[in-house]
Amino acid sequence: MIAEVLISAAFLTGTGIILSALLVFAEKKILNYGPCTIDINNGEKKYTVTGGTSLLASLAANDIFIPSACGGRGSCAYCKVSVLEGGGVISPVEEPYLSDEERKQQVRLSCQVKVRNDLKIKIPKELFSVKKFRGILEHKKPLTHDILELRIQLVEPDSIDFTAGRYIQLESKEYKGKDAVIRAYSISSSPSDKTHIELIIRRVPDGICTTWVFDHLKEKEEVTFSGPHGEFNLSDTDAPIICIAGGSGMAPIRSILRDMKEKGIMRPTTYFFGALTQNDLFYVSELQKLAEEHPWFTHIPALSNEPEDSGWQGERGLITNVVAKHFPDTSKHEAYLCGSPGMINACVQVLTKGGMPEDRIFYDKFA
Amino acid sequence: MAAPLDGNSFATIVLVFISAAFTDNILLARFLGMCSCLGVSKKVDTSIGLGAAVIFVTASTAALNYLVYTHLLVPLHLEYLRLITFIMVIAAFVQFVEMVVERFSPTLYNALGIFLPLITVNCAILGISLFMLNKPYGFFETFIFGLGGGFGWFFAITLLGGIREKINETVLPKGLAGPGITLIIIGILSLAFVGFSGMIKI
Repeated sequence: MIAEVLISAAFLTGTGIILSALLVFAEKKILNYGPCTIDINNGEKKYTVTGGTSLLASLAANDIFIPSACGGRGSCAYCKVSVLEGGGVISPVEEPYLSDEERKQQVRLSCQVKVRNDLKIKIPKELFSVKKFRGILEHKKPLTHDILELRIQLVEPDSIDFTAGRYIQLESKEYKGKDAVIRAYSISSSPSDKTHIELIIRRVPDGICTTWVFDHLKEKEEVTFSGPHGEFNLSDTDAPIICIAGGSGMAPIRSILRDMKEKGIMRPTTYFFGALTQNDLFYVSELQKLAEEHPWFTHIPALSNEPEDSGWQGERGLITNVVAKHFPDTSKHEAYLCGSPGMINACVQVLTKGGMPEDRIFYDKFA
Repeated sequence: MAAPLDGNSFATIVLVFISAAFTDNILLARFLGMCSCLGVSKKVDTSIGLGAAVIFVTASTAALNYLVYTHLLVPLHLEYLRLITFIMVIAAFVQFVEMVVERFSPTLYNALGIFLPLITVNCAILGISLFMLNKPYGFFETFIFGLGGGFGWFFAITLLGGIREKINETVLPKGLAGPGITLIIIGILSLAFVGFSGMIKI
């Protein structure tokens, strides 16, 4: 009886080990593509990597960080790059994420393109300056019941250069069976503070990353992120500015406003802050102070759900109606928006109705 | 296990193939491999892709498992470990094939590659490997049996894919759409396949 048990156990273990060993061996032999070169932007940069891994991972190993939120599973579609040569055919995983226009430009999901031979790719130049950062959470301060301010002190590298309006990609850590994820948050601090960044994060019910930030991340803990990403920033025209953002969408606007103050840019700026009730407003005194000290800046908070008898003296109603009321003619202005896709689409509609050309509306959509 | 059939005559081989593909259709007569079938049969294209991968894997693993069974498990008197051993062999084989296809034929990998991991746990394949033990087949007949079984599955899922493509263009009651109507179609198809039963006994 015991011999039988031992024999079967030995047999199964043996078979398992032999089969695994064969597979490991086969993987080394068969999936060995040797060194491959990745040519970026027509010779601007060249890297030699060992073939067999994804383009996303190969680039990351050479300190080029393509935005990616799903960790290479092919479900977020952030990691798009143009693969001009050697990318092979589009895989079924990529199919649903690529538009006809993108196919023409040979756009691929870099997490799904395996480096099997020499590649020629094209990426936005600013990705060269994206770095991976390690920092310490200096503080975590509630701004409203569901919005937090995070201040992160940079450790390695210990300083960051960015244009106001950029975002970073924060990596959450694993907790309670949830995978680590990467999520984008705009920097709300001023670019002149090179050793710290500040973020404004709103709790998303059941959100993997925000739940981690709100319930698991503690002060003095280590955090990692990559950045700066994005193309959202102040243009270099003299047009008067309309900013519209609600909730955590204030982050890039706050960074831009502080930057303007420090650099002495005095373009007339009106900031519409949309919220439900007075309890959802934050940084009120900071913005009021800015408005008092700088005549070019006007702050207009608008509440859509404030009780009638609360004594609120400011604007009421939907942010779009308030904007239309203040600026019936928007043809001379530029607009900077940050918020949910629904809010942005509604604002774009109102602004273009007022005469603003669409190419003067800049926005960051956060789904 | 009974003694192998007499000779490898052409007629025997055709009979083994037809009986495995039609009278003993693994999907419609035995109802095995239903999960991936329900999942992937929305279109004929993908059905053909997955079906082809299944044919290849059933035939190869039936042959492989036959060798493992007769030359390893029987001499060691470990027949009762056949189920777990077969699963390991199938899983390893599929992994191996995936690597080879990926390396040497990117086109084929794109057509079949994504289906291969789905197959690892397809019970139709384990089913074929287990059923062959009840048959009096030698090595070659086993291979044909696997080929036939795989073809039967391919045939059934392609039929189903075609019907589902048509059905998608019609309006269905809400409660029936999706898996509901698919299971009913599979039921009707399998009734049709009952007509084959008893035609061949091998």
